[in-house]
Amino acid sequence: MAAQSKLRWQPAEVLETSDVADGVRRIVIRPRKAQPAAPGSHLDVEVTQAGRTIRRSYSVVRSEDEGRRQTISVQLAPTSRGGSRAMHALREGDSLRVSYPLLNFPLGVGAARYVLVAGGIGITALVAMASALRRRGADYAVVLVGRSRGVMAYLDDLVEEHGDRLEVHVDDEGTPLDVRALVGEVSRSDHAATTELYMCGPIRLMDALRREWTRHELPGPNLRFETFGNSGAWAPEPFRVRIPALDREVTVGEEVSMLDALENAGVEVMWDCRKGECGLCVVRVLGCDGQIDHRDVFLSDEQKEQDGSLCACVSRVATGDRTLAQAGLRTLTIDVP
Amino acid sequence: MTLTHAGRNAGPGPRDGEEPVDPTAPASLTSKLFAHPRNAWYVAAWEHEVTSKKPLARTVAGQPLALWRTSDGRTSALSDACWHRLAPLSMGKILGDELQCPYHGLRYNGAGRCTAMPAQKTINPSATVPSFPVVERHRFVWVWLGDPDLADPGIVPDMHQMDSPDWAGDGETITAQCNYQLVLDNLMDLTHEEFVHSSSIGQDALSESEFEVSHDDRHVTVSRWMRDIEAPPFWLKNMRDRFPDFEGRVDRWQIIHFEAPSTICIDVGVARAGTGAPEGDRSQGVNGYVMNTITPQTDRRCLYFWAFMRNYRLENQTLTTQLREGVHGVFGEDEEMLIAQQEAIDANPDYEFYSLNIDAGGMWVRRILDRMLQAEGRSSDARIQG
Repeated sequence: MAAQSKLRWQPAEVLETSDVADGVRRIVIRPRKAQPAAPGSHLDVEVTQAGRTIRRSYSVVRSEDEGRRQTISVQLAPTSRGGSRAMHALREGDSLRVSYPLLNFPLGVGAARYVLVAGGIGITALVAMASALRRRGADYAVVLVGRSRGVMAYLDDLVEEHGDRLEVHVDDEGTPLDVRALVGEVSRSDHAATTELYMCGPIRLMDALRREWTRHELPGPNLRFETFGNSGAWAPEPFRVRIPALDREVTVGEEVSMLDALENAGVEVMWDCRKGECGLCVVRVLGCDGQIDHRDVFLSDEQKEQDGSLCACVSRVATGDRTLAQAGLRTLTIDVP
Repeated sequence: MTLTHAGRNAGPGPRDGEEPVDPTAPASLTSKLFAHPRNAWYVAAWEHEVTSKKPLARTVAGQPLALWRTSDGRTSALSDACWHRLAPLSMGKILGDELQCPYHGLRYNGAGRCTAMPAQKTINPSATVPSFPVVERHRFVWVWLGDPDLADPGIVPDMHQMDSPDWAGDGETITAQCNYQLVLDNLMDLTHEEFVHSSSIGQDALSESEFEVSHDDRHVTVSRWMRDIEAPPFWLKNMRDRFPDFEGRVDRWQIIHFEAPSTICIDVGVARAGTGAPEGDRSQGVNGYVMNTITPQTDRRCLYFWAFMRNYRLENQTLTTQLREGVHGVFGEDEEMLIAQQEAIDANPDYEFYSLNIDAGGMWVRRILDRMLQAEGRSSDARIQG
């Protein structure tokens, strides 16, 4: 197989754009040099907006014509840091730069059963996997979770392609996903040890699935997930970071990450993945008058409960459920990064 | 010379720094460095080489692999580089159902998923190493490095003589420092025996007799019968192993069976002349199968797995050893020639191959492989791979 993790950029052109759900835009890209994207692949995309270069990662929803047509889908974030807004502004014929397909979320072979669980825009990571499983003749199920049908991308296509294998849960129709029942069913089946669950969606959904998976002592490596570290328990809000040892105070705007804000202020932080996986940017917490919104998958549940540290690349501070003791920004006090 | 026709004599292939050649343009079937299909089963090792004691490092079709077995005997073929800092997993330890990286102790299961990381409570979700489909069949471990959705165990080449109760024998592995297609060329045309193996199996009847070629889209068969000839030394010994008082002349056969991409099983033998062997009665003769399967490693190196199987005196281990030793000597002569040929090819980059009538079998093989490569959007000339 081709290299899976080496980032190489190339020019590309927008072939088509269309809306596939409320606030979700489908963008078909033609890279200069075609390379088929295996299920689970993503593209890093670079667009320029108002002289600023923005890089984002998007799952490849479909890879067609030997990789000459790569389809991604972008949800317009209400608090967009610029990425989704710039992507939504793309029109047919526009040029951009894209990476060759990158694969951090490969679909395994040989499992007795596959369960794909997608929350909201997370479906984009699982569409190609579902198609591959159908072509293989594998035993699989696709579970879709969304706030309302109107915002669920590719719903009609998926119903048509997967029929009875598709299960849809819609919050505003009163049919939410019962995570306990879903994982319980996996653990009771004859194929419990050889069932793989692939999930992509809001971190709360993935945390709930992971806890149930662990509680049933299902094999950890069979729970597969991808997160781009951009969902949390609370909406992003600005907050203040205080570093007494450096005598510095930095404000983190709602559209930037804490890591970006620290770097922009000249505070040096070590990092690598910038999506809450590697743990290099972990900083020690000395105090916080808000709620730490842990959005990473590096720290364990216990570590997150203790709030002793956080991943600066994705995690934030929110007012959360607390009653405001005082007005103004929440403050996080940390040790030297 | 003006390059008015893009024929085989249009000059050497591209060099580094030249304009790349369009890989979809038709390439000559006589490419000197023939590319290998990726969507195919290749032998990585003999079954007994892959154990649960220590991983085995093997490169197959350009991909370095760590081959190992879990405690319950299942075979796993993982990319031989840890996800973390790319240390070779083949230098690591097998701990039950997991392979541990020799450098920082990350552990992987048979599917290549990381199961443990040092000094942290969680596992990075992207921590996997590629794992490849594996099938164990005919005493070999076969791996598939192409599109895993196409890895159909039903198309593992037929080498059933390797593990059939009707046949006995053994073989070896040669690491041949040449392009794999040169070995296929060698096995598809046995007239070379007269010149390369003159002391054992070669004789002038080989180049004097007619041969027939047939093919379909995955197979090529080349049949040659030599009637009423002197038995060459190797075959005279084998006849006397079965018929101790044998004297006289023989009918000799060589029926070469190629199966894509690189397996060649050669039905060989001799029988007392005129006792009906060409018509199907081989009871007055000795029959062997030379089993060969070639695994490309790089453009200029391949693994050549072979065995010599016989269907008489199955219980006799001495014969098994003698035949293996005998064929070892014969194939040593081939290896020497193939290395010399590859060196001459590399030393004369501006010269192309020409073909003879005797190359018909090998050329059908090249055409089948070329079509497999085209189906993968690639060219048969390894020098112009994208």
